[in-house]
Formats: sequence, structure tokens, C-alpha cells
Amino acid sequence: MLVDVHAHFYHDRTSRADWRERNASRLRAGEKVGISTHVASILGSWGRTSPTYFPSPADLEYGNDALLALCREFPARIRGYAAVNPNYTAHALSEIARCLDAGMIGIKLAASRRATDPLLDPVCEVARERGVPILHHIWQHRRRDWPGQEASDAAELATLARRHPQVAFILAHIAGGGDWQHSLAALEGVPNVYVDLSGSGVDGGMLEACLASVGVERLLWGADLTLDTGWAKLRYLERLLDGAALERVRWKNAARVFPPGAFPHD
Amino acid sequence: MRIDVNAFFGAYPYRRVPGTTPESVSNAMKRVGIDQAWVSHLPSLFSADPAAGNAWLYDVAATDPRWRPVPAIHPGVRGWESVLRAATDRGVPAVRCDPGYYGLEPAGEEMRALAAACGNARVPLMLAVRLEDARQRHPDDGAPELAGAALRALVRSDRRVRLIVTHADRALIEEVHFGSTPEEAARLWWDICWIWGPWEDHLGTLLETMGPERFVFGTGQPLRLPESSVAKLDLLDVTPDVRAAIESQNAMRALGS
Repeated sequence: MLVDVHAHFYHDRTSRADWRERNASRLRAGEKVGISTHVASILGSWGRTSPTYFPSPADLEYGNDALLALCREFPARIRGYAAVNPNYTAHALSEIARCLDAGMIGIKLAASRRATDPLLDPVCEVARERGVPILHHIWQHRRRDWPGQEASDAAELATLARRHPQVAFILAHIAGGGDWQHSLAALEGVPNVYVDLSGSGVDGGMLEACLASVGVERLLWGADLTLDTGWAKLRYLERLLDGAALERVRWKNAARVFPPGAFPHD
Repeated sequence: MRIDVNAFFGAYPYRRVPGTTPESVSNAMKRVGIDQAWVSHLPSLFSADPAAGNAWLYDVAATDPRWRPVPAIHPGVRGWESVLRAATDRGVPAVRCDPGYYGLEPAGEEMRALAAACGNARVPLMLAVRLEDARQRHPDDGAPELAGAALRALVRSDRRVRLIVTHADRALIEEVHFGSTPEEAARLWWDICWIWGPWEDHLGTLLETMGPERFVFGTGQPLRLPESSVAKLDLLDVTPDVRAAIESQNAMRALGS
């Protein structure tokens, strides 16, 4: 078993004319890597009709519907996060309920509102009630605001996680750019934050630092935009970890974080 | 045969990186099946005078036939011509200069002189676009990334110069390749370590649009996991001939052999 906790797909109302090819490429590469389940999100229209990190309610509904259709088309291989924009609180809560009722297994928060903001609390509360994790987009050590997103870093996510100790948070793409050492340091003493290993980065020493700081039981494998770097990190982990520990990173930790029965063989 | 044209020995100044000793690099080569590595002395990329690091590099590389030294040359330091002569006398596969870390204009007078001298000496000049993602660099690491304009200017500056460019992404490669004449583009080789694989398939796209001749296998180890470049190739649907070209034959052609 191998669970990619950070996958994405496109659809026909994004700016990508090659959306079908990209989706097919992810699935094809996933077969080579051995991915059993892609846990994916779609961030609205990916910028076509509202910004990727500030998606409109209409775009979110369309994207979530497209993901649900993919889940139905590939029931053994694709699971979904309900992507929401917490600035539209009522819509976010109703969209989460709709998507979870339809079979999604988590919530995706991108960068529409800082993680420390109270507007995220109702979303976290419903995550607790439904027993699903929140995958939160993170800029590793955000030293300033960046255009196009209201990004949060690990310290800010940790603040949210401390307010909601019964909710599992997934810190997105530790290898996705930024100072991952800062992120790992910020997660000390916050046991309900898990680290997703996705991202294009394959820095020497990063995986050793992840293991040393949060431990193998809080690491989740993922790929995000680059299946090649995800596979590279998995191959390296095969040298670092014994079989039981590797299984935790490959899927057992994910099976613990997501609702029971989320994966076909867990 | 797999040749890693982009490997380093020695410590990185901006964060702790494991596996920087020659012994560790040797173990990593065995781990991922690399038969030969073109290695540079990493601290020399940042040194005011890299010649001392080159001496160490030559000594270490001489201990293992799988290692071929790529010495660093600072064309702003008096006597750099003799450093180049010493390198070519030793039959190095390339020399390197990373102008951003030396505070040099990337296509300025010193770099153009070095490019011309390398062309005259028939040895490729290697340059890294970057070593780390810009978003994670240490606040004190202010060296600019190598720009496409500089590469275009360098390859035009001397008709004999051959450039091996490491750590470049798809956008930069396309900008320089299609912004050059076919003759100029034929004197440029790109290592694959920073090019994205699926699902965006940047490497696959570049192989289709530019052909495989321009690409060489490189890893950037130990700053980067060498598994990444192997995984990129394993995810490609290419013929054994194309794979062999990328993994070794194109690098040999860059040498003129």
C-alpha cells in the first residue's frame, strides 16, 4: 500500500488545455511508483475564474464536483479532500458536509485566510465532528506576505492546531519550498500536526531532519506536483527505515489520520 | 553506464548537509548505480580564491577512478589562466565558474574571457543556475540565480565555447535553447536534476521539443538526493537508446569525444 496524501487533478474549467493529459499522467506515473490511493484536492478553477488560493464558492463547487466524479470513475484509486474558502463560512461548512457525505475523506485549506484566524475555527470544529483531517497549505517559514495567497507557516498552523487538539492537521509539502528547518522546529510539542513529505525539493538531510524532529509516526508520504521527487524520497526512505517504519510512512500513518475505511485495504 | 556530471564534495555553508565526504558520495553512487561522477569542491564555489580547493579536489579524485574533478575557476583572480592550464593538463572533463557566488557579472568581461579561454582550450565550462530553491535560501545567501540572458550572451561570446548548465528548470532551458541559433544551442548541455517529471512532465516535453541530445544526467548530490534524477528517468517512456544518451553518451559528446 502507498497513499499519496497530497495529490491534485485538473478539470475542463481550468486554464489547462492539457488537463486530461495531466490527470492521465498522474495516474500513469502513480502506477509506476506503486501508489494505491491518490488523496486529491482541486482548488476551484486553478486561477481561471477566481484565484487559486482565493477560490470563489462557485469555483469550489465545480472543482469539488469534478473531483467527486474522478472518485466515482476511479473508486479504488482516488479519494478527495473538500476544498473550501473559510472567508465564506456558511458556504465552507455546507460544502464540507456535502462533499464528506458524498465520500470525501478530508478538508483542504489552501491560503485564503491565515491559519491563526478565528474564521478557521468553525471549519476545524466540523473536522473534529466528522473525524477527518485538514490538509493545510504551508509556506515553510513565511518571512513576509507573498502575492496571490494569504499563506501560513508552520508556527501559524501550530497555533491553530493547539486550539483544536482533537483535529489532525497535515502540514503540506515540507519539501515545497521555504525553510523546512523552521517548520520542523515549530512542530515540537504539537502532536496533532503531521508532516506531508511532498514537494519538488529533494534536499540532502531533509528526511533525516524530519525523522529526528517529528518522528516516523508523524510522517505522511505525498507527491504534490512532482511524482519524480516523491518517488526519490520514498526510495531514500527505503534505505533509512526498517520495513515496519517504512510501512507507517507509506500508508499506516495515513490510515490512522483519515477516517476508518478511507482506503480500500486498510 | 551512468555519469553524474553534477556532484560535489565538501561542506555547504548555509545549512548542515549529511554525506558530503568523498566516502559518502562514493556510497551514494553505489546506492543509485552511478558509475562515474564529475565532482567539484563545494566550498570552492564560494571561495575568494578557489585554487586551494582545487588542489584538494585533484588529490581526492585521484584516489578513485570513478571520480573526475571539475575544478572551479575565478576569472577575477590574478593567475586564473594558469589554473585553467593546470586543469586542462590534467584532462578534466570540465571546469566550472558560478559567477553569482564570486560577485561577477554573469556575462561580464571576466566571464567572457573565461568562456573564450575554455573554448580555446576545448574544455566545457560548467555553471549552476542555482543550488537551492530561492524560497529556502539562507538570508545571507544573496547570490543571484543565473539568468537566461547571461547564458545566451556567454554562448554567443565565443563560437568555440561549450556550456554545461546545471540546476536549470524548463522555462530557463526553453528560453535559452529557442533563443539561440541551432549552432549556439548545439554547444549547450543541460543537466536534468531540476527539471520536473510527471505530472507536469517538463522533462518529457523538453525531450520531445528539443530532442534528447542536449540533456545530461546530473544529480546535484549531496545537496540533493541523487535518487531524484534516476526516478525522473524511470518515469519516462523512452527507448534504451535515448536513456543511454542522457545517462552517459551526451556527456561524452560534450567533451568532444
